[in-house]
Amino acid sequence: MNRRTKLAGSLFAAALLAAGCTGSGGTSKGADAKAPVDPDKVTGTITVLTHRTDLVQDGTMKKYAAEFNKTYPKVEVEFDALTDYEGEVKIRMNTENYGDVLMIPAVIKKSDYPRFFASLGTETERAKKYLFTDFTTVDGKVYGQSPMGALPGFLYNKRVWKEAGITDWPTTPAQFIDGLKAVKSRTDAIPYYTNFKDMWPLTNWTYVDGAVSCDPRATSRLAAGDPWAEGEDLRVGDTMLYDIVRGGLIEKDPTTTNWEASKPKLAKGDIATMWLGSWAITQFRAAAKQAGTNPDDIGFMPFPAQKDGKHCATMSPDYNQAVNVNSDHKEAARAWIDWFTDKSGYAADNLTLSPVKGAPLPEVLQPYEDAGVKLIELDDAKGAAVKEIDNQSEVGIYKPDYRQDLVDLARGARKGSLDDFLGDLGRRWEEARKSSGS
Amino acid sequence: MTDTTEKAARPEEAAPAARTARARVPRRLRLRRGLTPWLFLAAPLVLLITFTYAPVANMVAYSFTDWDGVSPELSYTGADNYVELFTRPELFEVFFVSGYYLAASVIQIVVALYFATVLSFNVRFRNFFKGILFFPYLINGVAIGFVFLYFFQDGGTLDSVLSLFGVHSDRAWLGTPVSANVSLAGVSVWRYMGLNFVLFLGAVQSIPGELYEAAELDGANRWHQFRYIIAPGIRPVLSLTVILSISGSLSAFEVPFIMTGGATGTETFVIQTVKLAFQFNKTGLASAAAVVLLLIILAVTWVQRRLVPDDKVDLV
Repeated sequence: MNRRTKLAGSLFAAALLAAGCTGSGGTSKGADAKAPVDPDKVTGTITVLTHRTDLVQDGTMKKYAAEFNKTYPKVEVEFDALTDYEGEVKIRMNTENYGDVLMIPAVIKKSDYPRFFASLGTETERAKKYLFTDFTTVDGKVYGQSPMGALPGFLYNKRVWKEAGITDWPTTPAQFIDGLKAVKSRTDAIPYYTNFKDMWPLTNWTYVDGAVSCDPRATSRLAAGDPWAEGEDLRVGDTMLYDIVRGGLIEKDPTTTNWEASKPKLAKGDIATMWLGSWAITQFRAAAKQAGTNPDDIGFMPFPAQKDGKHCATMSPDYNQAVNVNSDHKEAARAWIDWFTDKSGYAADNLTLSPVKGAPLPEVLQPYEDAGVKLIELDDAKGAAVKEIDNQSEVGIYKPDYRQDLVDLARGARKGSLDDFLGDLGRRWEEARKSSGS
Repeated sequence: MTDTTEKAARPEEAAPAARTARARVPRRLRLRRGLTPWLFLAAPLVLLITFTYAPVANMVAYSFTDWDGVSPELSYTGADNYVELFTRPELFEVFFVSGYYLAASVIQIVVALYFATVLSFNVRFRNFFKGILFFPYLINGVAIGFVFLYFFQDGGTLDSVLSLFGVHSDRAWLGTPVSANVSLAGVSVWRYMGLNFVLFLGAVQSIPGELYEAAELDGANRWHQFRYIIAPGIRPVLSLTVILSISGSLSAFEVPFIMTGGATGTETFVIQTVKLAFQFNKTGLASAAAVVLLLIILAVTWVQRRLVPDDKVDLV
């Protein structure tokens, strides 16, 4: 017995010691990564952490690096591709060794950016040239830059929708659901595919935010009140998802869906519609080519809501690239970020929006331009507060769980009514909002 | 551990010749002799401490903080996390899901016991069957999750096998909470039955063969042999298995996490803890939840040991 108490005592002491040790990573001073003046004088080997394992494996990233070396001959770029990017980087960031350039993981609190990343300049200066700067701005300084942007929207099979007799984009949720019903009755396709099992595709429904109200301050409104109040963007989106599922317009067994398999299915017309982002268009076109169908059948339409007779779509950044504050080669790292954003052609290669202001829309979004869809850049000043409320309340608007529950509710695998469900979310949200004091 | 080594050392000490020999050994050599066992123990002890006790101690420490899992800033919050845990009863509702796994483990033990008994007698292809039964336990849990996703898919393996027998089921096996939990518990029976089976088989085979012969002479049939020889003979292993099953059911994780991610009412306590830690970045609260789970399992084990004391088995 005596021996046991001693062991417990030393365990506790070890626990206290361990607690004292954590939290030493990351400096509090903050640093700047200045843009190099003379490309020939920048030297060093930099490591770029990336989530694009596919591009590293097929050598595309190497090609970018070779191109980069034409301007910066003395910088050597190495890539470190991580399959589970978020999970691995999060752990590595407890040390100082997390590459020279990396994508800012979602888990890092905005207020902690200065501890982990070197600043790329002030917002006033950067916002003149680039989009999405305020997503990484802390105290007027910008800490990251997304190399591409995307628009949320419905990927759909044009041929199937045409067979169902619909050629114009629906303008209200009711019209959209009527469209799905027409697809169901007139074709063999599954009208809407949830990708329930893979979860993250359901998370995309949060990007309805801003598309309904057409308000650039839609994110700030999330931090100011109940996102599921009558008429709010998220309520409109979630109600539509509920109605789609309720109406039996989805796949027969959502619990065993398969993302990879869903791509050729949509390309072949077995699936009519999915709510994703414009970044997915290239993947679906590739799937169509592989399946031997026409890649031009893959269409992209905005959320069925209009303000003043026009659709709205929000532009959102991908992962933001940043410079490690502990890097020994900050100039070289900065050079890579600037070059990759401005000159690499990465955004165009992926048929996505360029983060450089005034750059032309990619050709796949031509229909958007023709239809006069209004592109809005969401104001992200309250983005950190929204994330804070989201985690505090455990609602998870950027997590798949509540949408899975919503789908379960709609198909009867969970008891309750939609109003109670959304009301409960709103109540939790409000409670967390009040306790976090924003 | 120490008890057995002491016992083994005792007869040697008792012998007077050995004692004098020992006294004559120079001090340095004696020291070295004293160190030798620790030298052998060093590697496993270092591994055990770095990979088991240090993380546990760390986890306990985190459970008293508001750490988010990555921020260098963390503050000591005292017992706040524990207070929050116990004032939110919905966090413990997920233990109902463990009921499915508990029920499944009863089936699992019975089936394993049956096979262990049958295969400890002379049966044709005995080793082949042993291999088949143990095999699932060797497969990686992630692989099992994926395999069974295809198995339960609409028109998947299960549906096609059923249709061979003329049963045309038209159901989503993972579609409703009850059927999803039953399916998942079924997968975990399939997976862990082999382990129970091997444990039982070892215990059954350690029962001396003469006992069966004697029993047969007395006119005992197979059921009598099982009831009066095998069952009491393997009691310690049986109670160990029950403990493992209960703690396993309370902490079920891999299979439901990979197959459903906790959707449709299949969320277990561990999945919930993982989500708290890695989705909502409440590492402190999640650590507290993990500590509570550990305490619950220890308590259950303790109660069970009290109810069913581990008696010495004496068959003869």
